[in-house]
Amino acid sequence: MKVQIDDSILIQKYISGDERALETLIERHNRRISSFIYSKVNDRGITEDIFQEAFIKVIRTLKRGTYNEEGKFLPWIMRIAHNLIIDHFRKNNRMPMYQGGDAYNMLSLMGDDKLDIESQIIKDQIDSDLRLLVEELPEDQREVLIMRIYKDMSFKEISENTGVSINTALGRMRYALINLRKIVSENNIALTN
Amino acid sequence: MGKIYTKNNNKVNLVQAKPETIEFLLNYSKSLNVATIKGVQYESNMN
Repeated sequence: MKVQIDDSILIQKYISGDERALETLIERHNRRISSFIYSKVNDRGITEDIFQEAFIKVIRTLKRGTYNEEGKFLPWIMRIAHNLIIDHFRKNNRMPMYQGGDAYNMLSLMGDDKLDIESQIIKDQIDSDLRLLVEELPEDQREVLIMRIYKDMSFKEISENTGVSINTALGRMRYALINLRKIVSENNIALTN
Repeated sequence: MGKIYTKNNNKVNLVQAKPETIEFLLNYSKSLNVATIKGVQYESNMN
């Protein structure tokens, strides 16, 4: 028949220098403590870390001789583990750990701004369709729109180049856009990416 | 009568610290030395 040595005796043995007593204590309570930690943190790696940290505290306290025999060993280490779990969550609140998922994807931070091939083809198609629509505009409106959009000229430059006032250039641009929208809507053209 | 096979799906009860972790703790314990000099405790780790 196997007799189980009481935790308090194992602690006394350990304090007296018997290192095997610690091994017995750890193995005896391993599953219970690990399960408790895991039930709170739900991560095996973190469970392992907290378990280790809890026992390091136990070892240091016992070696320093500051262990209070009033309570029992298991409730004591459980309380240590519980405090470490709270510390873990506090630390994570200050410094949240992001994991890959739909809400947050690390790759999205690393990507470049270039369009993928499919989006680029669609964009080229829209650009070429728009060019054809611009050709349908009256000459004066088309001229202003091309200068403004494709040549990136200011309205001041447009007015100097076309010999009309800035207000006229602005008005022609406005009508150009209105007419473009009209053509798009009348012909049910889709210009979306 | 058909046998009923049940599987323990409660992962919480299956978790336990790895042997490496236990090994680390035992080695840490062996290497840790606490000395009291003039009422002040000093910890030293002899690896």
